[in-house]
Order: sequence, then C-alpha cells, then structure tokens
Amino acid sequence: MKIKHLISTLALSVSCAISVGAIAADTIKVGVLHSLSGTMAISETTLKDTVLMLIEEQNKKGGLLGKQLEAVVVDPASNWPLFAEKTRELLTQEKVDVIFGSWTSVSRKSVLPVIEELNGLMFYPVQYEGEESSKNIFYTGAAPNQQAIPAVDYLMNDLDVKRWVLAGTDYVYPRTTNKILLAYLKSKGVSDADIMINYTPFGHSDWQSIVSEIKKFGGEGKKTAVVSTINGDANVPFYKELGNQGVSAEDIPVIAFSVGEEELSGIDTTPLVGHLAAWNYFQSVESNENEAFIATWKAFIGDDKRVTNDPMEATYIGFNMWAQAVTKANTTDVDAVEQAMLGQTTPNLTGGIAKMNNNHHLSKPVLIGEIQDDGQFEVVWSTDSVVAGDAWSDFLPGSKDLIADWSSKTKCGNYNTVTKVCSGQK
Amino acid sequence: MKHFFIICSVLLALFSSQLSAQQSPVIATQTQAQLQQLTNNKLRQSLVLLQSIASREGVNMLPLYQSLLDGQLYFIKSDTKLIKVVKEAGKKHYSELFTDREITAPAKKAIKKIRVNNKIRIYLRKQIANLKLTANNPQVRQDAVQSLLRDLTPTTIANIAQLRLNEKNIEVQQMMDLALTLDSAIHGKLAVTQVSAIAQLQGNLEPQVRNTLNALNTEQSHPSVQKAAQQALLSIEQSIQFYGYLDQLFFGLSLGSVLLLAAIGLAITFGMMGVINMAHGEMIMIGAYTTYVVQLLMPNLIEYSLWVAIPLAFVVSGSIGILIERCVIRFLHGRPLETLLATFGISLILQQLVRSIFSPLNRQVASPEWMSGSWEINPVFSLTLNRLYILAFALLVFLALLFILKKTSLGLYVRAVSQNRAMAKAMGIRTARVDAITFGLGSGIAGIAGVALSQLTNVGPNLGQAYIIDSFMVVVFGGVGNLLGTLVAAFSLGIANKILEPTTGAVLASIIILVFIILFIQKRPKGLFPQKGRAAE
Repeated sequence: MKIKHLISTLALSVSCAISVGAIAADTIKVGVLHSLSGTMAISETTLKDTVLMLIEEQNKKGGLLGKQLEAVVVDPASNWPLFAEKTRELLTQEKVDVIFGSWTSVSRKSVLPVIEELNGLMFYPVQYEGEESSKNIFYTGAAPNQQAIPAVDYLMNDLDVKRWVLAGTDYVYPRTTNKILLAYLKSKGVSDADIMINYTPFGHSDWQSIVSEIKKFGGEGKKTAVVSTINGDANVPFYKELGNQGVSAEDIPVIAFSVGEEELSGIDTTPLVGHLAAWNYFQSVESNENEAFIATWKAFIGDDKRVTNDPMEATYIGFNMWAQAVTKANTTDVDAVEQAMLGQTTPNLTGGIAKMNNNHHLSKPVLIGEIQDDGQFEVVWSTDSVVAGDAWSDFLPGSKDLIADWSSKTKCGNYNTVTKVCSGQK
Repeated sequence: MKHFFIICSVLLALFSSQLSAQQSPVIATQTQAQLQQLTNNKLRQSLVLLQSIASREGVNMLPLYQSLLDGQLYFIKSDTKLIKVVKEAGKKHYSELFTDREITAPAKKAIKKIRVNNKIRIYLRKQIANLKLTANNPQVRQDAVQSLLRDLTPTTIANIAQLRLNEKNIEVQQMMDLALTLDSAIHGKLAVTQVSAIAQLQGNLEPQVRNTLNALNTEQSHPSVQKAAQQALLSIEQSIQFYGYLDQLFFGLSLGSVLLLAAIGLAITFGMMGVINMAHGEMIMIGAYTTYVVQLLMPNLIEYSLWVAIPLAFVVSGSIGILIERCVIRFLHGRPLETLLATFGISLILQQLVRSIFSPLNRQVASPEWMSGSWEINPVFSLTLNRLYILAFALLVFLALLFILKKTSLGLYVRAVSQNRAMAKAMGIRTARVDAITFGLGSGIAGIAGVALSQLTNVGPNLGQAYIIDSFMVVVFGGVGNLLGTLVAAFSLGIANKILEPTTGAVLASIIILVFIILFIQKRPKGLFPQKGRAAE
C-alpha cells in the first residue's frame, strides 16, 4: 500500500513537472504514439527514436515558426484500445499539434474515430492495405499499388512465375492485400488451381507442415513463388524452416512485404540469400540524402550496427513535409496544415522526390531487393519513376469507383465517381 | 545439400591448389576484358557477360563461378582486379581469384563485392554442374547429374551419354541412366521407346520424374504413352501419399516435443506443487537469453555453445526460480488466485527487465552447423535435423526428470511433500527447503527448454508468452501431477494439431484443439491420467 501510494505521488509530480515545463516555454508539441512494450515494441521503438531524432535535428535548425519542438511520448503498449485512449490523452490533455504513430492497421483503425472526432492530425508511416482515406490522417507508407501489385508484376514478368502461394498472418492487412492480389492475379489469367492461400495466427512458430505444403505445391513443374504478408516475429521461424527443408530462393522465391532490414538483423541471413522484399526504400540505396540520414541515425542512437528501414523513411518524409506545411501555413492549426500538406514535395532518401497527393497518400518509387548475406538488400528491380499511392484499389468491386480527394473542390475521402456522391468520410 | 556444398568447396580447394601449382592459367584476352566488365555491377549485363565467357572458356572458370555463387568475389576499386574473400572462423582471407595466391588485406573501403541475383545464381549452378560432370569425386559427379535433371538440353544429354560409356561408379551410372531415360521418355522418336522409358521410371520419386510424367500425361502425346504415364504417375502418387503421412507424423511428434519441453517444467511447479505459475514462460525466455549471452561470449565456438548453454540455462533459470519462490510464492501458499496474480506480475516485470537490458528487439541466436539442414531419406521424405535433435532432447530431459523424481532421495522428498505436506513435515522433511528446490528444478528445466526453443523461434522478450497457454493446456490435459500424462498429452496434441492443419489451416486447427480440450475437461476434470488414491486429495 505504501509503495503504491509512493508511485502515484511520484507519477503525479512527474506529470506536473512536465506540464509546468511545457507552459514555461512556448513550444510546438509533437505526439509520439508508438508501442514501447508488448509485441509491437520490436518494430515501433525504432520509429519512436526516429521521431525523436528528427525533432532534435529540427530544433538544431531553430525549430518551427520560431518555437522549439517538444516531443510527448506515450506508450500504447501494443494494446489496440489503448491506442484510442492515448490519442485522446494526447489531443485533449497534452494538446499536441501533430501525432506521429501507430503500426498495424488495427491500431490505426482504433485511433481513427478519436482523431476525427477531436480533429487531430496523424502521420501513419507503415505500408497498409488501403481502402481508407481520412481528413485527419496522412499515409506515408505504401498503398497496395505501391508495393504488392508491382511485386507481383516483377515475379510474373521477370521470373516467369506461374503458381502463387499467398501466405499471411490472419488479420486485416494480409486479408485485404490478398483479396486485391487474388483479383489482380485472376485478371491476369491465373487459374484457381495455381493459387494457394494460407493464413496463420500472430506469432506462429511451427511452420513445418506449411513449408512442406508449399514445397509440394511448388514441386509440380511450374515456377512457384510465395507472396508473404506474414507479419513481424513469425517471419524468423518461417525463413528458418524454409532453409532447413532445403527450399532455396532459386526454386521458390519468397517476396515479403513486412520484412525489412530491422527484422533481418535478428537472424542469420545465410539461408535466406536471394529471397525478396518489396519496399519503397532500402538502406543499401546509394544517395546523398540516404548517406546523411544513416550517419545521423547511427550517431543519434549511438550504435554503429543499427540499421535503417522503410517505415523510418516514411516517418522522415512525413515529418519533413509536416514541417514544410507548418511553415507554409504559418500556423499549426490542423485544418490549415492539412490543406498546406496537399501537393507538398520533399526529397526522399532514394534520390527522388516524394509528393503528397490530394488523397493523403504519397508518390513513391517501388523497389524490389534480394536479401544478401549481410542482412542488407540488393535492389534488383525498380519502377522507372514514382508511383502515386491509390487509396481505393482498382481491383476490388466495392472500391474501384471510389476516389479520395481532399483538395478544396470535393473534400471527400471516398467519392464515388459513378454515382457522384461522397459516401461518408468528410 | 550441405554435403554437396562441403564436397564442392573441398573440390574447389583441390582444383585451385592444382592451378596455383601450375601458376596462373592462360586466359584469352577477350575473356580478360569481359572479366573486367563484370566489375561494373550491372546485374542485367552480368548474365550476358557470363554466358559469353562460358561459351569460350571451360573448366578454368570454375573458381569464378563458384566464388560468384558463394558471394566471395570482390574487386579492388583502384585497378578492377578480381579477388576472392573467404570468411573463415571470423577471419577474412584475401586471395587472387585464379591463382589462389594470398594477398595482403586491402582496406575495407578499397574493395567492392560483385553482386548476383537469382537468375545469375541459377545460371551459375547449371554451369558448375556441367563442368563437374568430369570431376574426380563420384559423389560430386552424381550431384552434378542430379542437378542437371531439371534442365536437360540436347548438349547436356549428348555430354552425359558420352560420359556414361566410361563411367565406373554404379550410383553415378544410375543417375546418368535416369537422365537419359527421362530424355528418351520426352524425346523418344517412337511411342514404343517412350513407353519403355516410362516403364523404367515407375516408382522413381525424383520430382523431375513426376514433372516429366505430368507433362506427358496430356492429349498431345500418343495414347499408349499417355496411358503409361498415367500408370506410372499413379504408383508414384501412392508412395508420395504414404510418405506424406510419415511427414505428418514427424511434424506432429516434433510439435509434441516442443510442447513437452515447454510444459515439463510446469508439470513440476504447477502439477506437483500446485503453484499457478504465470511466470513459467519467462523462465523459458531467460533460458533462451542465456544461450544468446553464451554465444556472445564465445563467438568463434558456436558449434559448442549449446553444450555450455544447457547447464548454464538450468542454473540461471533455476536460481531465479528459487529466488521467486523464496521472496514471493512461499508467502502465498494455499492462495491460488493471489499466486496467479503475483506470478503474472513477476512475468511482466521480467519481460520489461529483459527489454531494458537487451532492448526490445529480437536477438540473434545462431544455429550450430550440425543442427541445420535435413536428413534426406528419399527425394520426397526428409527430416529436418534441428527438429530431430530437439525431439531426442525432449525425450532425454523427460527421462532424466523421471529418474530424479523416482530414483533419488530428492525425488522422494518432492513426492512426499506434494502428496501430504503435513505428514512429510512430521517425518522430518524440511518442506520449505524442498519447496524451493522443487520450484528451482521446474524453473531450471524451463530454462533448458529455452535453449532448445532458441533454435526454433525468436529470442525476444515475448518468447515466453507464446508458450504459457500451450504449457498449461498440456499439463491440464495430461492430468495435473502426472509426468507420464504430460508426455502423452504433449505428443497427442502435437500430432492431432498437425493432422488437422493441412485441411483446416493453422488458425482453425488450434481453435478446434482448444475447444476439444475444454469439452474433455468438462467430462474428465482431472485430465487423461488423474491422480488416484489418497494422493489425489
């Protein structure tokens, strides 16, 4: 009882100290909503550090609008409902001007109603399944047409793949992505018999029978590839099992949408060499911006072995764009910044220019990389120019007529081009 | 596959040493120029260049192909000279590509790797196999023919037919015959030749045979050929199905062994002592992290790291277990709900502690060489080595524990205390001490399980959470307080899961199992093997 009392007093005094500090100096508050504990901590801690680094860099340049930036870090603990609560806390108590955060669509869907109700502003930095566009969220990760579709095109055209295994973790992103891919593959004339779909629970660790099935499915003469939307931790035992059962990338390549440098840093990559990943950024890409970014990151984190990855680039682009938009609007008011964001451009880390489109999605290049034995990716294919993110997929019957446009004319997240009605999100 | 690599590298070493003895090989100037162009690092051009080189050169290019395939080919930026960089036991050796002469180590930034992609790798493997058809080692020749089965061009066939005449080794002969038979099954001029070739393929499990037969089993081929192909396929499919069942059985046993390892410690702390220990998973996690730390301390001795990690994990997890028992659990004796909450709290504390010490990111635990790869019994049936070892290990741990409990005086005390605490105390057994030791034993075994699991799954702060529910499931299903029940439960749940999985998918399979256990517990609350007699009270 005594200890509990002590802790609550301590917590109270700490939060007092923080708010006092905040009032004393007039700052722009940046909310950081990334899980620092629980299952997603493995991925999200890095992004929290990235935002802190970007804020520090911006403050060195004199902050924004003559004010210093101040980070407000909260921990939603990989607990989806807690994401909504923490968002409310950030917006009503801390009164932050912008939030950088979330990972996984479940957490974003949980934040969505709160952020729309309180008219906040959030940047979501991870690739996702699309089928959404909110006035209050900017999506700086890839939409399916910036990752999944080009990846399938590459396999089909460059590697002559004829049979497809769509393997994913059982939740909204893989299910929707696979639905889109299924429709896309069928439109390309792939028959049902040549497609195998498999879902596994979060954190699945026993891949023996699935890998053996894939091996059988792929051993029937036609070139086979696995399109993997397997999330997070489950990838490591999956790749280990592939290696142990002797499935090499030359026989059955696996292309992954959730495996980046960070995930690979936890495993021995020798058996994975040659497997693929589709992203909009790889650490190995050579450009001046990237070199500078990697150097800053390693210095900030104080570890020469730490890697960079795609969601970090998405955070970087989102943060820079937001800073530009605030400067342009000359205020941190959400509505003004939201409008100023549209059409904003900033250099990305792969030597090109990222542009924020009217549907709150970015234009990005699509890169396909092969895993190397040092845990890095070698780019083997890339789009000639940037691809504009598509909020509503053209391959799903329910969404192909929908567009999102937040420019002054329509201001709608799901405008139906056939019936000419905005069906909800405003 | 692994053996193939080892043999390849041995052969390569032999080759290169021969070459260096003869000093540097003669390479045409045009080839020299093309070798220089390889350093441009344009993946699309590389394949064309390699094809052109291969059309002119022969076996002398083997070092080039092999080092390129193994990712050991680098060049010096200043003069585009090709060098080989071999990493051995943490040390890098630099040598000239063709002569294999050692050179002084260049600065890290002065050299660059020549990258390859899958297309080039496939091409290189084919070239190497073609060149190795004439190798001295029969095993290498056999593997070379086998890897060429996929892609039998007329030149390859002519080459193999030629080499077959002088081949002495029976196994290589058989493999070569298979290649020739496959060819005549496809390209045989007369339907009769094709049919007789197909008859020879009957019962052969090579995937390539099946693919060829599938290709022949169409309307386009001669009716007699189609019929023969159909028949041959049928017999092959039957044996594949048979091995498929064996596969499933092995997968089930393997999953069972993982469940057994995870649950066996709990069978002691929960089963025998009656402590609802929610921190059991974290004991497993600590064992896995011990393996990580051991590997960190002995980076060049990964092969032996597990032998050090196993006793150390037992000691580390065991002492933490004793600490928890002494500091928390003993005060909550006989209050299961409070024990549950307290141990759950401990599990959260331990997780966050690991996050603070080791970072929330997963840690890399390497698998020793002898644990990776698989034991190939025939082309459609192979057992992965890591799973095989873990299965054996789980049984070994089980037997050791059984021995401790049944044959040692400690085991006698433990059983006495768990059966009747008051009576045991009256007989002069120091129950408090036995409690601590028993809890330590259960935790220590969980630590050992962590060492095994570090070879299968992620080593991260959440490792334990993934196994805690499974562990409780196994112990409750098997019958609380009964080690043999835990064994039977683990294997039957593992096998049932793996039989269900192919038809229902992984998600539904675990739901079905869980529902089954709930229903089973309704019917028989004490599990498969309930405690009988007075001990049950």
